[in-house]
Amino acid sequence: MSEVTNTIEIRSIKKAFGSNTVLHDVSLSIEGGSVLALMGANGAGKSTLVKILSGVYSADEGTIFINGQPVDVSTPQSARDAGIITVHQIINDGVVQDLSIAENLLLDKLCDGRFGTFISKKELQKQAQPIADKIGLTLPLDTQVSELSQADKQLVAIARAISDKPKLLILDEPTSSLSDTESVKLFEAVQTMRSEGVAVVYISHRMSDIRTLADKIAALREGRIVGMFEPPLDYDAAVDSMLGHAVGAVSHQYREGEQTILEILDVRLKPHSRPFDLTLKAGEIVVLTGLLSSGCTSVVEGIFGMAKFASGRITLEGHDWTPSTPTHAIDSGIFMVQEDRGNNALIPDFSIEQNVSLPFLKQFSSFGFIDTKREKERVTAAIQTTKVKYTDQDDLMSTLSGGNQQKAMVARWMMESCHVLLLNEPFQGVDISSRRQIGELLRKTASDRVTIAVCTDVEEALEIADRIIVFNHNNLVGIHRIDQIHMPTLINQIAAAPDQSNDKIIKTEDVTDERYA
Amino acid sequence: MKDMREFAIKYGLLILLALMLILFSVAEPAFLSTINMMIILQSVSIVAILALGVTATLAVDGFDLSIGSTAAFSMMTASYVMVVFDGGTGMAIFAAITVGVLVGLVNGFMTVQMKVPDLLTTLGMMFLLLGLQLIPTQGRSISTGMSLANGETATGTFSESFLFLGRARIFDIIPVPVVIMLILAVITYFFLERTRHGRVMYAIGSNEQAAKLAGARIKFYRYVAYVMSGVYASIGGILLAARIGRGDVSSGNSLLMDGVAGALIGFAVLGAARPNAQGSAIGALFVGVLLNGLTMMNTPYYTQDFIKGLVLVAALMFTFGLSNKRA
Repeated sequence: MSEVTNTIEIRSIKKAFGSNTVLHDVSLSIEGGSVLALMGANGAGKSTLVKILSGVYSADEGTIFINGQPVDVSTPQSARDAGIITVHQIINDGVVQDLSIAENLLLDKLCDGRFGTFISKKELQKQAQPIADKIGLTLPLDTQVSELSQADKQLVAIARAISDKPKLLILDEPTSSLSDTESVKLFEAVQTMRSEGVAVVYISHRMSDIRTLADKIAALREGRIVGMFEPPLDYDAAVDSMLGHAVGAVSHQYREGEQTILEILDVRLKPHSRPFDLTLKAGEIVVLTGLLSSGCTSVVEGIFGMAKFASGRITLEGHDWTPSTPTHAIDSGIFMVQEDRGNNALIPDFSIEQNVSLPFLKQFSSFGFIDTKREKERVTAAIQTTKVKYTDQDDLMSTLSGGNQQKAMVARWMMESCHVLLLNEPFQGVDISSRRQIGELLRKTASDRVTIAVCTDVEEALEIADRIIVFNHNNLVGIHRIDQIHMPTLINQIAAAPDQSNDKIIKTEDVTDERYA
Repeated sequence: MKDMREFAIKYGLLILLALMLILFSVAEPAFLSTINMMIILQSVSIVAILALGVTATLAVDGFDLSIGSTAAFSMMTASYVMVVFDGGTGMAIFAAITVGVLVGLVNGFMTVQMKVPDLLTTLGMMFLLLGLQLIPTQGRSISTGMSLANGETATGTFSESFLFLGRARIFDIIPVPVVIMLILAVITYFFLERTRHGRVMYAIGSNEQAAKLAGARIKFYRYVAYVMSGVYASIGGILLAARIGRGDVSSGNSLLMDGVAGALIGFAVLGAARPNAQGSAIGALFVGVLLNGLTMMNTPYYTQDFIKGLVLVAALMFTFGLSNKRA
């Protein structure tokens, strides 16, 4: 290829939202014709960085240079003009369902008036064909996009994005809704881009993607680049630095747990994944960990009646039990603190008090009427145990900081005693002191129930867990007692490509450290 | 400045209502007479009942556009039962309320099970009922002694006790529909604000996903809301039939717009910024007072709809424009 090789440099990007600094001092350099994989756990700052590069947010400090020249990315339009093209995670945002492939590929031209008022179908096809060819899109161009598979929609979105010859292409979780076979098409397209001299930033949680595509890996953690990996790539080290863990951070005793409360028997998360059993006892805290969409969330959602396992069964206190809905789960004494509280937990029009009491209104009601005095007493007690900082519990929830909102949500589900407490990413968007407080509270109150938390961040897992259970590609791949943990094994299980993790469940109590040393 | 705005949001509409009352009574002393007050209340009672019903659907983030035609269809049903079947008061009321329940269930089924958007469901239901009410009588109104399709004359009449509902006055002063409206307003207020059912309905309206994950029975409460709305509309229809003493094919026409306007103006009452029972009743009253006063001051009748629209648009700007900046 005779294309000029571009060098994209991101220098000292800083971004804060209020008092919360999301990006501290991020610098990266990407060569044209190479793929940089950007890895980071939830809330590491990846999406903020992408939004700055694509002109959605503006950085507080720092500049982006292309071939040494500073470029303006203050608006999405100026970022595009500078040659920075982003394909976002949600495929349906990148395509217009009711238009044909050809119309989608030429959408920018159609919208900004480079076409006249009258458009001939033939002309459209003619202009769209080379764009489609470039990325290996072989479908008839007059097909409606709504009829395409997810992978083909993704390809259309990418083809459209690169029709204007980008210098930097950012792909944000492009395979998150694709199957493994569908992903292959996408990889080919990315490799084509690379061979044409485009610099690609590839954001993904899928290690198999990264193994296939990445030339370099950057690990982002808490708003800082904590690791740059050049070939030969050490994937385990990359995952390790992305997830982070304080060495010897375990400060609590392992607890065995007493009587069995919940059993998960012969469960498959996906039709083709391996079945597993889990026995969960009162008093223990079990943390499920793994990369995004590794299956941890499916486990807790399955127990809470939000989704069904592909197969298998659950017993609750020795009896067969099939959760049909969250309502059913709650009635059976299974509570869940949801991730992404804004969408899944908070009622924006409700006061703090009303938010906390919502699932247990029956307890405060006689003949349907709410006894507001008792409601206030109970909620006050609950939010004081969890140390929520508030001025007035009749204020709206939005007056609380993120950490306090989360503490209020934990308070909600601790108001009544339960058999099983599920927590999905309980520390998401929570400052460190709130995190400690929530963690301590969970350990202090754990004795009568089973506690199952999902934490992508290993450091968080180490803080609260008695057992850490690792999932990888919807398979259970490791069970670790907190007092016998061997970090390299754990990290390897999290990061392993699926074909390598297929052998059997490795328990740390079964292996000697020398084997992995 | 901030306090001023808070104050305006909270009491603006009530102050406006008070100002209107003062202005009209200065311009036309007869306006403030007990008799005229009762005329106003009587005229808004049916609209207010419909507004209360639609409030329930608004609370779960739905919307019921079929209230007007449900009221009209219930009115025709009650009249038909009385005049054609000679069914008596109890039967007529039972039949009309059954209509409301069925309409509510179908609306619930369409939105919950078939996942048709609320506006489209109830718009469809509106057309369906407007058409259906014409079929049994071949498009004619129902009155005592009407001739039937087979050439016979209808033998039934509107019973005294039925007409009592629309025309009698308690203590010779308060019209029965006003009493019924007040009772329903109080019931709706307690239901929505003080019971756990109302609380859960507001939770569903504010964030359905979060309410579901907190264990709320979303489907059940959506059905409840639509059945409430249907039954309230039926009660409105019964009172209308009792007041005019016939089943008039065209008298339900303005009920939808007036009822919805009342409920939406109600958002602005006491800064609620959400559907609420007391607001809906006051909203309906607000429209009633305005129209009555303007009529007394000889404003032409054909300007009424325009003025109603104006008030509604102003109230909505007030509610959403001002209160959204509050956060």
